[in-house]
Amino acid sequence: MAQGETTIVTRQRKKYMTNKYEPVIGLEIHVELNTKNKMFCRCSADYFGKEPNTHTCPVCLGLPGALPYTNKAAIEACIKIGLALNCFTPSLSRFERKNYFYPDLPKGYQISQYRWPLCVNGYLVLDNGQKIRINRAHQEEDTAKLMHRFGSQKSKVKSQNGTQIDFNRSGVPLVEIVTEPDFHNVEAVRDYAKKLQQLFRYLGVSNADMERGDMRLEANVSVRPEGSTDLPNYRVELKNINSFRFMVAAIEYEIKRQITALEKGEKISQETRGWDAEQKSTYLQRSKEEAHDYRYFPEPDLPELRIEESRVKSLESSLPELPWIKSKRFEEEYKLTSAQAKILTETKELADYFEQTVEHGKKHGVEAVQIANYIINKKVNIEETLPTQIIEEIKNKKVGIIDNEEELTKLAERAIKDNPKSVADYKAGKIPALQAITGGVMRLSSGKADVAKLRPILEKLLKQ
Amino acid sequence: MNITQLTLLETIKGLKENKFSEEELNKAYQQKIAELNPKLNAFLVTAEGSKGIPVAIKDIIITKNIPTTAGSKILEGFIPPFDATVVQKLKEQNIRVVGKTNCDEFAMGSSGENSAYGPTKNPWDLTKVPGGSSSGSAVAVAADLAVFSLGTDTGGSIRQPASLSGVVGLKPSYGRVSRYGVIALASSLDQIGPFTKSVADARQVLEWISGPDGYDPNCTNSEFSIFNFQFSMKDLRIGLPREYFGKGLDEGVEKVIKDAVKKIEELGAEIVEVQLPHTEYAIAAYYIVLPSEVSANLARFDGIRFGSSRKNFGAEVKRRIMLGTYTLSAGYFDDYFMKAAKVRTLIKQDFEKAFEKCDVIVGPASPTVAWNLGEKADDPLAMYFSDAYTIPANLAGIPGLCLPCGFSQGLPVGLQILGKYMDEETILNVGEIYEQATEWHKEKPPLSPAKERNI
Repeated sequence: MAQGETTIVTRQRKKYMTNKYEPVIGLEIHVELNTKNKMFCRCSADYFGKEPNTHTCPVCLGLPGALPYTNKAAIEACIKIGLALNCFTPSLSRFERKNYFYPDLPKGYQISQYRWPLCVNGYLVLDNGQKIRINRAHQEEDTAKLMHRFGSQKSKVKSQNGTQIDFNRSGVPLVEIVTEPDFHNVEAVRDYAKKLQQLFRYLGVSNADMERGDMRLEANVSVRPEGSTDLPNYRVELKNINSFRFMVAAIEYEIKRQITALEKGEKISQETRGWDAEQKSTYLQRSKEEAHDYRYFPEPDLPELRIEESRVKSLESSLPELPWIKSKRFEEEYKLTSAQAKILTETKELADYFEQTVEHGKKHGVEAVQIANYIINKKVNIEETLPTQIIEEIKNKKVGIIDNEEELTKLAERAIKDNPKSVADYKAGKIPALQAITGGVMRLSSGKADVAKLRPILEKLLKQ
Repeated sequence: MNITQLTLLETIKGLKENKFSEEELNKAYQQKIAELNPKLNAFLVTAEGSKGIPVAIKDIIITKNIPTTAGSKILEGFIPPFDATVVQKLKEQNIRVVGKTNCDEFAMGSSGENSAYGPTKNPWDLTKVPGGSSSGSAVAVAADLAVFSLGTDTGGSIRQPASLSGVVGLKPSYGRVSRYGVIALASSLDQIGPFTKSVADARQVLEWISGPDGYDPNCTNSEFSIFNFQFSMKDLRIGLPREYFGKGLDEGVEKVIKDAVKKIEELGAEIVEVQLPHTEYAIAAYYIVLPSEVSANLARFDGIRFGSSRKNFGAEVKRRIMLGTYTLSAGYFDDYFMKAAKVRTLIKQDFEKAFEKCDVIVGPASPTVAWNLGEKADDPLAMYFSDAYTIPANLAGIPGLCLPCGFSQGLPVGLQILGKYMDEETILNVGEIYEQATEWHKEKPPLSPAKERNI
């Protein structure tokens, strides 16, 4: 988030925090899986940046007669996400058809899940200790991409105006993760979303890149009087917001808008709103009256999904150490601060790199904390630096340090001689004057003196 | 020798023994089509050629580079870029697609009259309907315009026209044949099957088109192999369902069916009475499940990629889209769709219980013989009830065979033989023994109105 936005957000929050209202927010996160093939056909799912309509077949184009078949790798990825979020995996799951008309939906329905999702009833614990309940994680397919082209009004070439459809994205596996309305501030929303993004990358199921649309966020926002535990009788859905920054801004704006409306005694209606980045405000996209009835029913083209317990067990045991667990372990095992542990577990690659370096450091008497400090402070590029190089550098720095008593005594004697005023001050009881003499030693040693060992030597000499 | 009257197996034998060439075979059929199709309107499009065995394909089955319309104006001019799995499998057997056959629009109908391209005529009486929805495929075989044909059966669309047009029709078990490339009517009910001139031919075609292809996840472990033709009815128990011989069954048809049952008994089978108590709810359940699936399956014809406007859907198609949209709507799903799904389970259980007492179930395929063109065209409910004996098998997913077993009022009557799930073997055996003991399948249609023949 840009610095400017942070201040706006903080200011707004301060304003509503003084109010007697509490936001109630639920999140839906869509994540595109990075499987080799699409969800229901054998087309390549690696569509980003490819020539339009080159990753297509009768199935993902929705041609008459085509039938879907299930991508097992995607199902496994979805179950893994569910397991990492402490979900239960029912033994029976089903695909269903979600019916609505839109030009990016070639079949006129999306194959999704509604009544029989793959994963249910999970939770995720945030940094602040709050437990966010996960309602479900289910599998579905992505839609095609509409590209709106508006040439000059006067243009005689018709094709320059209008909308074109790229079906490369049609049928790419998508997992939707839905929370209960457990969020009451944007910090929690941000932490949750970041954790999920990190999780997808740890599991290797998605690049989870918001800008590319790998990961999409939708929020249901409402407010209620503070102290109330009832769910408000309306909710505003924030949709089609393609950046994390804008989503946070939209939620902030929406909370403010709703409180203002409630204070005026207005009734807030159930509706879908988008974000206008220029006006920095949300705007009405669809009212309740226009809401879809998706007419879900079991997808007859696909057999039921029978998930055996043994399969769930083996998927569970294949999960990597999850980032929040790894971070806790780093704190305990390597005596890191929680901030350090969090930074070092940001990505699985960095965490692995750190541990490799620690392993190597053990042989050379280099402590994990030193390595952590070095990697964090020097912002080590782990792709260009070998762990052995790091150990080497930490050791070299150590080699230069003057820590033998004889040498330090010589340096100290010279510094005392050079700073008679400070010596007099110290002897007169001004303890901080010791700093000046220490500074003299550092200058004489080009900063290589071991300060911890120098101090008793100086004190001893000055007492004489 | 009249080449076009030969069965598939006789044709293959004739070609092998050089009694005639593929060129002669194709020429003979081409002449027949040129002569009779203008009268019958069985084909919507024909493809010339001189190689392979000429076979007709229902126009709801996708054929690469051959226009496919499903009998609808919506798909006029649609040329598919791929072959349905069944077409691909037939091509591997030296089969040539000689043409695409007329059918009720998107297979919605029981008379062929819902085709946007005009009705197909019954070759036994040109003023009568041939049954539907696979009207053209049934007539193409009945009038010797193809060696055999493929149709689809969602609620009787193979067995009922086979009965009304006097040919053999087989609806395999759901999941026996890949549906990849069939324009979906109701995905959980649709099944592809052959119309043939003999039961042995149906057995052969089933062997060719069955089996998994990796493109239909409901079609696995579905290989059908010919290995066990049992030449005896002894030890076979034939179930007669009381519910298939009640109100609504035409007396003339009933008499023909009872004669056929007598014949089967004479051939050594034991006749037992069975009960299918939920039969009376089948049509109601079917007309919830089917329109629900239709409302989604036809959503892709939204006028964006398939050129034609939705106003070009026929009345029956619009009716079913509306019905299905309604039954799936919020608040109605449990009362309609889920209830129908439960009835479906009960019907399945009816059959499972009945098959504890018998090996096959025998009865009429249609309550009447062919009716007059236009007679039920404005009465959808009367049309729906003509499928009362065929719909339960689709709801249960079990196989059904229909074969000629006599005539009533000069029009053919078909005998329906239903079998256990994935047991086409037994119904084909019973059918073949019966066929070999009778001459009905050798009768050929007069290709004229009955009144001109003073019947």
